[in-house]
Amino acid sequence: MDQVAALVIQLAYGVANLALISLGLAIIFGMMRVINLAHGEFLMLGGYTVVVATNNGVNLWIAMLILAPLVVGVIGVVVERLLIRWLYGRMVDTLLATWGLSLLLIGIVTSIFGASTATTVSVPIGVIRIGEYSVSGYDLFLIGVTLGLLGAVYAVLKLTKLGLVARGTMQNAEMASALGVSTSRIYMITFGLGAAVTGLAGGLLAPVTGVLPTIGATYIAKAFITVISGGASILAGTAAGSVLLGLVNGIFSFLTGPTFGEVALLLAAIVLLRLMPRGITGRFFRKSL
Amino acid sequence: MKLTRRSFVAGASAIALAAPATIGRAQDGKIKFVSILDQSGGLDIYGAPMVETTKMAIDDINAAGGLNGREVELILYDAQSNIQLYTQYATQAAAGDRADTVHAGITSASREAIRPTFARFNTLYFYNTQYEGGVCDFNNFNTGSTPAQTVAKVVPYVMNKWGKKVYIVAADYNYGQITAQWMQKFVKDNGGETLGVEFFPLDVTNFGPTIQKIQGAKPDLVISALVGGAHVSFYKQYAAAGMNKEIPIASTTFGVGNEQTLISPEEGEGLIAAYSYFEAVDNPVNKAFLERLTARLGPGRPTMNELSVRSYEGAMLWAEAVKAAGTADRAAVIEALRAPQSYTGPSGVVTIDPQTNHAVQNVYIAEVKNQKFEILESFSDQPPADTQLVCDLNANPNQNTFLFENGLEAAGIKL
Repeated sequence: MDQVAALVIQLAYGVANLALISLGLAIIFGMMRVINLAHGEFLMLGGYTVVVATNNGVNLWIAMLILAPLVVGVIGVVVERLLIRWLYGRMVDTLLATWGLSLLLIGIVTSIFGASTATTVSVPIGVIRIGEYSVSGYDLFLIGVTLGLLGAVYAVLKLTKLGLVARGTMQNAEMASALGVSTSRIYMITFGLGAAVTGLAGGLLAPVTGVLPTIGATYIAKAFITVISGGASILAGTAAGSVLLGLVNGIFSFLTGPTFGEVALLLAAIVLLRLMPRGITGRFFRKSL
Repeated sequence: MKLTRRSFVAGASAIALAAPATIGRAQDGKIKFVSILDQSGGLDIYGAPMVETTKMAIDDINAAGGLNGREVELILYDAQSNIQLYTQYATQAAAGDRADTVHAGITSASREAIRPTFARFNTLYFYNTQYEGGVCDFNNFNTGSTPAQTVAKVVPYVMNKWGKKVYIVAADYNYGQITAQWMQKFVKDNGGETLGVEFFPLDVTNFGPTIQKIQGAKPDLVISALVGGAHVSFYKQYAAAGMNKEIPIASTTFGVGNEQTLISPEEGEGLIAAYSYFEAVDNPVNKAFLERLTARLGPGRPTMNELSVRSYEGAMLWAEAVKAAGTADRAAVIEALRAPQSYTGPSGVVTIDPQTNHAVQNVYIAEVKNQKFEILESFSDQPPADTQLVCDLNANPNQNTFLFENGLEAAGIKL
């Protein structure tokens, strides 16, 4: 019984982990149709913000929850102004440009900080005991934050004027423009928002993962697979994709070992996209956000 | 006639011009030393310090007047953590640069990708990384430590200290798979029991399900052969679940990427590893080496470990053999190395074992204390007993095989 409870928490954490690393990409790729291959590096920059800030005496929570999204959000806005805004509507070109950007970011971070940076960040929040098993309290915290973040993005897109205008711009930029919306500004804000969410995710994962300049490569494929499996809807898609792939990965990792866990995840995505080429939300919850 | 360096070089070039067929290599008078390592990409935590010490070795050799009056030229290739680039640069080094020696490879996967190239082109090859043992190649010198030197020492040590029930976690490629078999063998030899073995692809960052399985299995200790930046997450998540206080970890890989500084002091405290070198090794050569390195790279220099120090020592072993042979010619250098050649470096004395072309070397067991390794026990002059089980280059020099390719059955070891 204890083991089942601990396992359920682990599975939930696996799902939350996928959702967390994918949400920013869902905004940038799902909403703006920009294939952001530098997504992994945005996560890495969030992690580096936390490591560098805490090494300089900043409180861990401030570094994770405020500095990481802020820094990466600003970097996102700069990237959008300098690079992305010339490429809207040219999906393949964004792929090439952001791939170059990802190499550039890895190179910049490596030349500033070297191949690895020493850290003293421990996982905050103690251990939670479940009989003979124990889980990290931080895992539970991350599950909560992911739910909160999904809620916050929903609220911004659905309930605020900015969200309405942003969704309108993504659907039909010319019409939005004709109605007096500065679409260029909306694109910039949306990209910055996506980058900030990604930075937050990278910052939150910094205490539980290695932070190295090249760590982005380990996230990028999973984030894209989750978002594409999820389909057109940003939130429902990301959530559905994360739940499905996270559960498959977690259950198979537990039953057979991590190698088959990864294989099962990829296999599930392939079968899913064969049956539903538009992703889960291309078939179900089509009206959802 | 007094033989100055200039007249010697002039004379040597004259001979080279007169007999281009006999001296095909290094016609410009410089000895070519090629290094192919991962300076970027996921393996750069290992590769970047190795490149620094390789550069230092070549500078030291040249500052001391070169080898037999000839300057050594260092040609560096960055394989970018990409096996395909290894094969490409290996061919370039052997066929294009006509290198006198190539020191290359970090992962065992990269070694096996390029080793046949050097055998084919008759280019002297050094692999200066700790690995799983079993390479039997007349042309290839493996100076790093192997499981009979490290795993065989650390397993009984931690089993005496912590208990007999062991859980193994390892990276999912040839190094991890074969090392995990060695671990199981040594656990069994010491009367212990292996409760579980798990392998992880190199990009796994979520270790939650495995940590739960370890909790369920209740071993006395965990032995890890995890590799690379993503796998650092294991130690963090293990500590996050409070496990580091309950079930201690020993490792054969923790430390060579300076992982002890990538996780916090509390998370790494008490972890035990065994290598042929730690910065804490107490001898005057090491002290001077570290001082010179700090002077060279500044106080922010990378922490030294077996991989980076052995890269230096491997280059020096080769240099000593070139001096002893009086030439950089491959056959003569191999003969000198197998004489056998010794070199006293920061890790102590390293001597080539002619039976296997591996190294007899010191091994140290150390424990992490506040992000640094402190040495618990030392073993001097450890032979590569694992490879010696299957390889005898004295009896049969004409081979270049990797005998543990399909695991330890080649050595008659049943798990």
